[in-house]
Amino acid sequence: MKISEAAKILEGTILCCEEFQDKEVTAACGSDMMSDVLAYAKDQAVLITGLCNPQVIRTAVMMDMLCIIFVRGKKPTDEMIELAKERGIVLVSTPRRMFSACGKLYSAGLVSGGY
Amino acid sequence: MQDCVHLEYRVDGQNFVSAGSATESVKTFLKGMGVNPQDVRRVAIAMYEGEINMVIHANGGYAYADIYVDKCIITLVDTGKGIKDIDLALQPGYSTASDEVRALGFGAGMGLPNMKKYADECIIESEVGKGTKVTLVTRFD
Ligand SMILES: Nc1ncnc2c1ncn2[C@@H]1O[C@H](COP(=O)(O)OP(=O)(O)O)[C@@H](O)[C@H]1O
Ligand SMILES: [Mg+2]
Repeated sequence: MKISEAAKILEGTILCCEEFQDKEVTAACGSDMMSDVLAYAKDQAVLITGLCNPQVIRTAVMMDMLCIIFVRGKKPTDEMIELAKERGIVLVSTPRRMFSACGKLYSAGLVSGGY
Repeated sequence: MQDCVHLEYRVDGQNFVSAGSATESVKTFLKGMGVNPQDVRRVAIAMYEGEINMVIHANGGYAYADIYVDKCIITLVDTGKGIKDIDLALQPGYSTASDEVRALGFGAGMGLPNMKKYADECIIESEVGKGTKVTLVTRFD
């Protein structure tokens, strides 16, 4: 699905890099522990997380991810948005919680890309 | 092209905004060299964990990258508190990180295991009170 569709399913707001919202993504990974993302993520283009700090953006960069979805209405700081913009990573904020955000996207066809 | 490119970075301690910038710079360089994406990512993950460790456990240090056509050697050197028991520190889940660090999404005790997992060679040398040196060798496919 397109990043824009994922945002819509989650009633989310795109916070930056709208120009990339039509990019296609097929797999996602949900975690609040960045070391787990680094250890287990493979080619998931989307990171769903409740953690909100600059290291989330850095982690996504290391994993070549295209989009980060912040759950529970978390709003990244201007500093984080700046970091993401420079790297072309789409940031989305959704009021949904982790479980329901992951569930919604999974039922809509996004896969986990791992075990 | 030269036989070897040497890159150097100062890594600030306790700076949770800049942490990872040295790794990003190396990653960008390798990508630009045309190294295959899987290998670039392996270097990035291992180096990033090491860089974060210097930030959170050692009050910063220096990162060096020696890049050859067929491999990359990352060296992370700090003069921090050192690691008393390296075998123990290598156990998945072992961590002395503070709650503050955990709140950042690190401190799960997966850093050193991740470095071992992704680098072809991971050599850890450390002396309590003197510092730590981590060498990560990644060979390109
Ligand atoms: N550069 C370092 N200087 C001092 N201690 C370190 C360093 N790197 C790792 N350690 C020690 O090894 C432990 C395990 O490291 P790691 O696997 O990265 O887990 P974490 O960083 O999540 O605690 C750390 O909690 C710390 O006690
Ligand atoms: Mg660590």
